[in-house]
Amino acid sequence: MSTDPETVSVEVHLFAGLREQLGVSTVARTVAVGTTVADLYAEMFPAGPSGRMPVMYAVEQAYVKGDTVLRSGVEVAFIPPLGGG
Amino acid sequence: MIDLNDGVLDESAVRAAVSRPGAGAILVFHGVTRDNFAGRGVRRLEYEAYPEMAIAQMRAIADEASERWTGVRVAMSHRTGVVPVEEASVLIAVSSPHRGDAYEASRFCIDTLKARVPIWKREIYDDGSAWKANAESGEGVDSGHIEAGGVV
Repeated sequence: MSTDPETVSVEVHLFAGLREQLGVSTVARTVAVGTTVADLYAEMFPAGPSGRMPVMYAVEQAYVKGDTVLRSGVEVAFIPPLGGG
Repeated sequence: MIDLNDGVLDESAVRAAVSRPGAGAILVFHGVTRDNFAGRGVRRLEYEAYPEMAIAQMRAIADEASERWTGVRVAMSHRTGVVPVEEASVLIAVSSPHRGDAYEASRFCIDTLKARVPIWKREIYDDGSAWKANAESGEGVDSGHIEAGGVV
Protein backbone atom coordinates (compact mmCIF):
# COMPACT_ATOMS: atom_id res chain seq x y z
CA MET A 1 0.00 0.00 0.00
CA SER A 2 1.23 3.50 -0.86
CA THR A 3 2.49 5.71 1.94
CA ASP A 4 2.56 8.77 -0.31
CA PRO A 5 0.27 11.35 1.35
CA GLU A 6 -0.89 12.52 -2.10
CA THR A 7 -2.27 9.13 -3.08
CA VAL A 8 -4.63 6.44 -1.84
CA SER A 9 -4.45 2.72 -2.57
CA VAL A 10 -7.54 0.60 -3.06
CA GLU A 11 -8.37 -2.95 -4.06
CA VAL A 12 -10.72 -3.23 -7.04
CA HIS A 13 -12.95 -6.29 -7.52
CA LEU A 14 -14.13 -7.11 -11.04
CA PHE A 15 -16.90 -9.41 -12.18
CA ALA A 16 -18.47 -10.88 -15.30
CA GLY A 17 -17.69 -8.90 -18.45
CA LEU A 18 -15.40 -6.43 -16.66
CA ARG A 19 -13.36 -9.27 -15.17
CA GLU A 20 -13.01 -10.77 -18.62
CA GLN A 21 -11.96 -7.43 -20.16
CA LEU A 22 -9.00 -7.05 -17.80
CA GLY A 23 -8.37 -10.75 -17.27
CA VAL A 24 -8.21 -10.46 -13.46
CA SER A 25 -10.70 -10.68 -10.57
CA THR A 26 -8.95 -8.23 -8.28
CA VAL A 27 -6.39 -5.52 -8.89
CA ALA A 28 -4.63 -3.02 -6.60
CA ARG A 29 -4.76 0.60 -7.77
CA THR A 30 -3.13 3.75 -6.46
CA VAL A 31 -4.90 7.01 -7.28
CA ALA A 32 -4.64 10.70 -6.37
CA VAL A 33 -6.30 11.94 -3.20
CA GLY A 34 -9.82 13.12 -4.05
CA THR A 35 -10.40 10.53 -6.77
CA THR A 36 -14.01 9.33 -6.83
CA VAL A 37 -15.21 5.81 -7.53
CA ALA A 38 -16.62 7.02 -10.88
CA ASP A 39 -13.26 8.63 -11.76
CA LEU A 40 -11.53 5.33 -11.12
CA TYR A 41 -14.00 3.46 -13.32
CA ALA A 42 -13.48 5.91 -16.17
CA GLU A 43 -9.71 5.60 -15.76
CA MET A 44 -9.72 1.80 -15.75
CA PHE A 45 -12.33 1.38 -18.49
CA PRO A 46 -11.98 4.16 -21.08
CA ALA A 47 -15.12 4.58 -23.17
CA GLY A 48 -14.95 2.82 -26.52
CA PRO A 49 -16.93 3.58 -29.69
CA SER A 50 -20.04 2.08 -28.11
CA GLY A 51 -19.55 3.81 -24.76
CA ARG A 52 -18.79 1.89 -21.61
CA MET A 53 -20.66 -0.71 -19.70
CA PRO A 54 -23.27 0.81 -17.36
CA VAL A 55 -22.26 -0.11 -13.81
CA MET A 56 -23.26 0.47 -10.22
CA TYR A 57 -20.56 1.21 -7.70
CA ALA A 58 -19.81 -0.48 -4.40
CA VAL A 59 -17.36 0.48 -1.67
CA GLU A 60 -16.79 -1.87 1.24
CA GLN A 61 -19.51 -4.16 -0.19
CA ALA A 62 -22.29 -1.55 -0.15
CA TYR A 63 -23.76 0.42 -3.05
CA VAL A 64 -22.53 4.01 -3.20
CA LYS A 65 -22.92 6.99 -5.49
CA GLY A 66 -20.32 7.66 -8.17
CA ASP A 67 -19.12 10.82 -6.45
CA THR A 68 -17.94 8.86 -3.41
CA VAL A 69 -14.32 9.82 -2.72
CA LEU A 70 -11.98 6.86 -2.27
CA ARG A 71 -10.25 6.33 1.06
CA SER A 72 -7.06 4.34 1.42
CA GLY A 73 -7.47 0.62 1.93
CA VAL A 74 -11.10 0.33 0.84
CA GLU A 75 -12.53 -2.47 -1.29
CA VAL A 76 -14.06 -1.09 -4.48
CA ALA A 77 -16.28 -3.01 -6.91
CA PHE A 78 -17.77 -2.10 -10.25
CA ILE A 79 -21.10 -3.90 -10.54
CA PRO A 80 -22.13 -4.75 -14.12
CA PRO A 81 -25.82 -5.30 -14.94
CA LEU A 82 -27.08 -8.05 -12.64
CA GLY A 83 -28.20 -11.51 -13.73
CA GLY A 84 -29.01 -13.34 -10.50
CA GLY A 85 -32.21 -15.22 -9.84
CA MET B 1 -30.81 -19.25 6.27
CA ILE B 2 -29.17 -17.17 3.58
CA ASP B 3 -26.44 -18.74 1.49
CA LEU B 4 -24.58 -19.30 -1.75
CA ASN B 5 -23.99 -22.87 -2.81
CA ASP B 6 -22.00 -24.36 -5.68
CA GLY B 7 -23.97 -27.61 -5.66
CA VAL B 8 -27.58 -28.72 -6.07
CA LEU B 9 -29.85 -26.59 -3.86
CA ASP B 10 -31.68 -28.25 -0.97
CA GLU B 11 -35.40 -27.49 -0.95
CA SER B 12 -35.99 -29.26 2.36
CA ALA B 13 -33.32 -27.12 4.04
CA VAL B 14 -34.83 -23.75 3.02
CA ARG B 15 -38.32 -25.01 3.87
CA ALA B 16 -37.18 -26.18 7.30
CA ALA B 17 -35.47 -22.84 7.92
CA VAL B 18 -38.77 -20.95 7.75
CA SER B 19 -41.11 -23.57 9.23
CA ARG B 20 -42.69 -22.77 12.59
CA PRO B 21 -45.90 -23.57 14.44
CA GLY B 22 -47.54 -20.20 13.73
CA ALA B 23 -47.11 -20.40 9.96
CA GLY B 24 -50.23 -21.30 8.01
CA ALA B 25 -48.49 -21.02 4.65
CA ILE B 26 -45.08 -21.91 3.29
CA LEU B 27 -44.08 -21.15 -0.29
CA VAL B 28 -40.83 -22.28 -1.89
CA PHE B 29 -40.03 -20.47 -5.12
CA HIS B 30 -37.65 -22.21 -7.52
CA GLY B 31 -35.91 -20.17 -10.19
CA VAL B 32 -34.94 -22.79 -12.78
CA THR B 33 -32.70 -22.93 -15.85
CA ARG B 34 -34.87 -22.95 -18.98
CA ASP B 35 -33.73 -24.54 -22.22
CA ASN B 36 -34.33 -21.48 -24.42
CA PHE B 37 -34.03 -17.73 -24.57
CA ALA B 38 -35.56 -15.66 -27.37
CA GLY B 39 -35.64 -18.67 -29.66
CA ARG B 40 -32.05 -19.77 -28.99
CA GLY B 41 -31.29 -23.10 -27.41
CA VAL B 42 -29.75 -22.75 -23.93
CA ARG B 43 -27.53 -25.61 -22.76
CA ARG B 44 -26.77 -24.35 -19.25
CA LEU B 45 -26.21 -21.23 -17.16
CA GLU B 46 -23.08 -20.24 -15.30
CA TYR B 47 -23.46 -17.97 -12.27
CA GLU B 48 -20.79 -15.80 -10.66
CA ALA B 49 -21.25 -13.91 -7.36
CA TYR B 50 -19.61 -11.20 -5.29
CA PRO B 51 -20.04 -13.48 -2.29
CA GLU B 52 -19.88 -11.25 0.78
CA MET B 53 -21.98 -8.48 -0.76
CA ALA B 54 -24.47 -10.93 -2.27
CA ILE B 55 -25.07 -12.49 1.15
CA ALA B 56 -25.45 -9.03 2.74
CA GLN B 57 -27.96 -7.95 0.10
CA MET B 58 -29.98 -11.16 0.36
CA ARG B 59 -30.09 -10.78 4.14
CA ALA B 60 -31.27 -7.18 3.78
CA ILE B 61 -34.07 -8.28 1.41
CA ALA B 62 -35.18 -11.00 3.83
CA ASP B 63 -35.20 -8.48 6.68
CA GLU B 64 -37.15 -5.96 4.60
CA ALA B 65 -39.78 -8.60 3.79
CA SER B 66 -40.15 -9.43 7.48
CA GLU B 67 -40.67 -5.75 8.26
CA ARG B 68 -43.24 -5.20 5.49
CA TRP B 69 -45.31 -8.32 6.15
CA THR B 70 -45.90 -9.16 9.80
CA GLY B 71 -44.88 -12.67 10.75
CA VAL B 72 -43.14 -13.40 7.45
CA ARG B 73 -39.90 -15.37 7.60
CA VAL B 74 -37.61 -15.81 4.56
CA ALA B 75 -34.77 -18.18 3.60
CA MET B 76 -32.78 -17.87 0.36
CA SER B 77 -30.22 -20.09 -1.30
CA HIS B 78 -28.55 -19.10 -4.60
CA ARG B 79 -26.43 -21.44 -6.65
CA THR B 80 -23.10 -20.45 -8.24
CA GLY B 81 -21.18 -22.11 -11.06
CA VAL B 82 -22.86 -24.29 -13.67
CA VAL B 83 -26.64 -24.79 -13.40
CA PRO B 84 -27.98 -27.33 -15.94
CA VAL B 85 -31.42 -27.09 -17.57
CA GLU B 86 -34.27 -28.00 -15.18
CA GLU B 87 -32.14 -27.38 -12.07
CA ALA B 88 -32.70 -24.47 -9.68
CA SER B 89 -30.41 -21.45 -9.58
CA VAL B 90 -32.28 -19.98 -6.62
CA LEU B 91 -34.69 -21.13 -3.90
CA ILE B 92 -36.69 -18.68 -1.81
CA ALA B 93 -38.77 -20.05 1.04
CA VAL B 94 -41.34 -17.81 2.72
CA SER B 95 -43.50 -18.68 5.69
CA SER B 96 -46.38 -16.55 6.90
CA PRO B 97 -49.40 -16.82 9.19
CA HIS B 98 -51.60 -16.40 6.09
CA ARG B 99 -51.12 -17.25 2.41
CA GLY B 100 -51.77 -13.78 0.99
CA ASP B 101 -48.72 -12.25 2.61
CA ALA B 102 -46.62 -15.28 1.68
CA TYR B 103 -47.40 -14.82 -2.03
CA GLU B 104 -46.69 -11.09 -1.90
CA ALA B 105 -43.48 -11.46 0.07
CA SER B 106 -42.24 -14.24 -2.21
CA ARG B 107 -42.74 -12.05 -5.30
CA PHE B 108 -41.05 -9.11 -3.58
CA CYS B 109 -38.04 -11.23 -2.63
CA ILE B 110 -37.33 -12.65 -6.10
CA ASP B 111 -37.96 -9.33 -7.88
CA THR B 112 -35.71 -7.45 -5.46
CA LEU B 113 -33.03 -10.13 -5.61
CA LYS B 114 -32.89 -9.69 -9.38
CA ALA B 115 -32.57 -5.92 -8.96
CA ARG B 116 -29.97 -5.69 -6.20
CA VAL B 117 -28.01 -8.85 -5.43
CA PRO B 118 -24.57 -8.86 -7.09
CA ILE B 119 -24.75 -12.10 -9.05
CA TRP B 120 -24.14 -12.52 -12.78
CA LYS B 121 -25.28 -15.10 -15.29
CA ARG B 122 -23.70 -16.36 -18.48
CA GLU B 123 -26.02 -18.17 -20.87
CA ILE B 124 -24.34 -20.96 -22.79
CA TYR B 125 -26.14 -21.48 -26.12
CA ASP B 126 -25.82 -24.19 -28.71
CA ASP B 127 -23.79 -21.63 -30.70
CA GLY B 128 -21.96 -19.30 -28.28
CA SER B 129 -22.55 -17.56 -24.95
CA ALA B 130 -23.40 -14.16 -23.43
CA TRP B 131 -23.72 -12.41 -20.07
CA LYS B 132 -27.44 -11.82 -19.54
CA ALA B 133 -28.77 -8.89 -17.53
CA ASN B 134 -32.06 -8.88 -15.64
CA ALA B 135 -34.66 -6.33 -16.74
CA GLU B 136 -34.89 -5.38 -13.03
CA SER B 137 -31.14 -4.75 -12.60
CA GLY B 138 -30.52 -1.66 -10.47
CA GLU B 139 -34.17 -0.95 -9.64
CA GLY B 140 -34.49 0.53 -6.18
CA VAL B 141 -30.76 0.92 -5.62
CA ASP B 142 -31.38 4.43 -4.34
CA SER B 143 -27.85 5.04 -3.15
CA GLY B 144 -26.41 3.65 -6.35
CA HIS B 145 -25.41 5.50 -9.45
CA ILE B 146 -25.72 4.14 -12.95
CA GLU B 147 -22.83 5.21 -15.14
CA ALA B 148 -24.39 7.02 -18.09
CA GLY B 149 -21.84 5.86 -20.57
CA GLY B 150 -23.91 3.81 -22.97
CA VAL B 151 -24.05 0.10 -23.31
CA VAL B 152 -21.41 -2.33 -24.50
